[in-house]
Amino acid sequence: MSMLEVKDLHTSFFTPSGEVKAVNGLSFSLEKGKVLGIVGESGSGKSVTAYSILQILTSPGRIVSGSIKFNGEELVGKSEEEIRRIRGNKISIIFQDPMTSLNPTFTIGNQLREAIMLHTDRDRRQANERAVEMLRLVGISEPEKRIHQYAYELSGGMRQRVMIAMALACEPDILIADEPTTALDVTIQAQILELMLQLQKELGMAIIMITHDMGVIASICDEMIVMYAGGVCERGTTDAIFYHPMHEYTRGLMRSIPDMSDDEKVRLIPITGTPIDLLHIPPGCPFAPRCDRAMKICLREKPREYWVGRNHLSACWMNVKNNACFETRPEEGYEEAEE
Amino acid sequence: MTAMPNKSFAPDPACLVQVSHLKQYFPISTGFLKTAQLKAVDDVSFDILKGETLGLVGESGCGKTTVGRSMLQLYKPTAGDVWFDGQKVEGKEALRAFRRRAQMVFQDPYSSLNPRMTVADIVAEPIDVHHLCESKKEREERIRELMTLVGLNTEHATRYAHEFSGGQRQRIGIARALASKPEFIVCDEPVSALDVSIQAQVINMLEDLQSQLGLTYLFIAHDISVVKHISNRIAVMYLGHMMELAPANELTRHPQHPYTVSLMSAVPIPDPRESRKQQRIVLQGDVPSPLKVPSGCPFRTRCSRATAACKETCPAMREISPGHFAACHNI
Repeated sequence: MSMLEVKDLHTSFFTPSGEVKAVNGLSFSLEKGKVLGIVGESGSGKSVTAYSILQILTSPGRIVSGSIKFNGEELVGKSEEEIRRIRGNKISIIFQDPMTSLNPTFTIGNQLREAIMLHTDRDRRQANERAVEMLRLVGISEPEKRIHQYAYELSGGMRQRVMIAMALACEPDILIADEPTTALDVTIQAQILELMLQLQKELGMAIIMITHDMGVIASICDEMIVMYAGGVCERGTTDAIFYHPMHEYTRGLMRSIPDMSDDEKVRLIPITGTPIDLLHIPPGCPFAPRCDRAMKICLREKPREYWVGRNHLSACWMNVKNNACFETRPEEGYEEAEE
Repeated sequence: MTAMPNKSFAPDPACLVQVSHLKQYFPISTGFLKTAQLKAVDDVSFDILKGETLGLVGESGCGKTTVGRSMLQLYKPTAGDVWFDGQKVEGKEALRAFRRRAQMVFQDPYSSLNPRMTVADIVAEPIDVHHLCESKKEREERIRELMTLVGLNTEHATRYAHEFSGGQRQRIGIARALASKPEFIVCDEPVSALDVSIQAQVINMLEDLQSQLGLTYLFIAHDISVVKHISNRIAVMYLGHMMELAPANELTRHPQHPYTVSLMSAVPIPDPRESRKQQRIVLQGDVPSPLKVPSGCPFRTRCSRATAACKETCPAMREISPGHFAACHNI
């Protein structure tokens, strides 16, 4: 059984101008100790997926339907009190911007202690020891001194380390990282990614890595989900999707990023048009208006997910037309066609 | 190839822009009646050939934006000269002409457009400032021409900036930069606020405009794969100093300066198999504060190859192979 199982999740924001379907029928599962990447453009619903799992959606957003099971336990519909026992303890999150997610008026130590004392029965002194230990674990020098400092006294990379220390203080089973390195420079990003992988191995937790950077996905994720307009385009192992993309949106994304290994100047092939308006989602495939290979059925009916490989699902009518997909998971030894 | 930063200066007709020993210091208050000098750009020299794109990369706080801004005289440089098309930019008249011929595209398409102005007025502002159109009719025609040039719908001329998406706003910013028919444009992180699929559209458009209008770009960005894609040559900055300057392919494939080497190794490769093979050189620690730049070479505190000499003197840029310059004692 998977540790986290999300089934047909629908999360909407009920704004004065109508219902914004931020997550629109998302399903995925996460195994213990795996790193799952969620990639998509802004507005594709990646962050809202994370907020839905932790139920930290702010009004007017709420989960409309669907199920989120953590170790077999249903999270949707739990009371705030029940969810608090899981949030921060079993599943924790680090946000994109470490400056706005740390409280500027309390010391680093104060905030770390709060998280530890809330979820464990450690007293103040023990919590303090644990806080120092966590800061050391995430590679902060002189943690005894740092604990008395405020967020503004630390650099961006340091602050993100503090956030990671806080998220890991209770040894969660799942760490959700919502664009943790987007605000950081590449050399600091390399430090943070390496740290996350190392801690993931040491503590045996699973990570959900939310990012828009295909490079980050390729370097740390075992599995990935490509999201567009609140739904899944395709999901599967990172290798399967990078080497055998089975959705036009994924192919488009890969063509539009510059390739460092090209010696000759190659022209980028952008995806035409702009992302759709989530207030008015068309009936068919949400990507159809921007898709070069859209057929009539794409505009009329929304494709559902089909298996396209041993560890690979895709929601695209093109695969149905080409007889390249299956109702059930293919037998062992099934080889995907090279892109 | 030119770019001889330390030789005595001479205008070169192949270059559109030449920057020599540019320094930009800012006074910072550090306490009661105490000020310190923040050396945002410290002795930087380079030149940009006619029609080429020079990429400028570096981490946040390295001074790359300041270089762009003080080159365009948006700040008054503390020291150093900027030569444009063989003329030194100096004095009111020269500055006025220079400002028409050199323009800028800003990073944030949200804060760089006035929310109270219509697209037509935003685009036409340089035309009005420099009195480039004789009549109202000519002005309107020019606005329409510019909007078409950047792929905007001319019917949207009376709309306000907030009615557009990020990618479209950046197109408005580019149309404004093109309005005064410049030869040189400083693009300061023009695509970093945009989504990947939109990024490619804007990059392609910048490339098309360059070949159509014969533009020269200084392309400032922190995303090295984007800079590598668009640039002919790339310069790397660290803590206000220039570390390396080389043709784009050469710099990304055979970086020489230890800082560039680690920078290149930190760029995530969007290919899982290649990524597993990648040898990352993870730098220790953070960038030092620009108020306390280390003595000698600014990179020595994080450099694995630092020696005693690095502490003593700041290495000067020298040509290590034709067209490839680096500032390091140990190459």
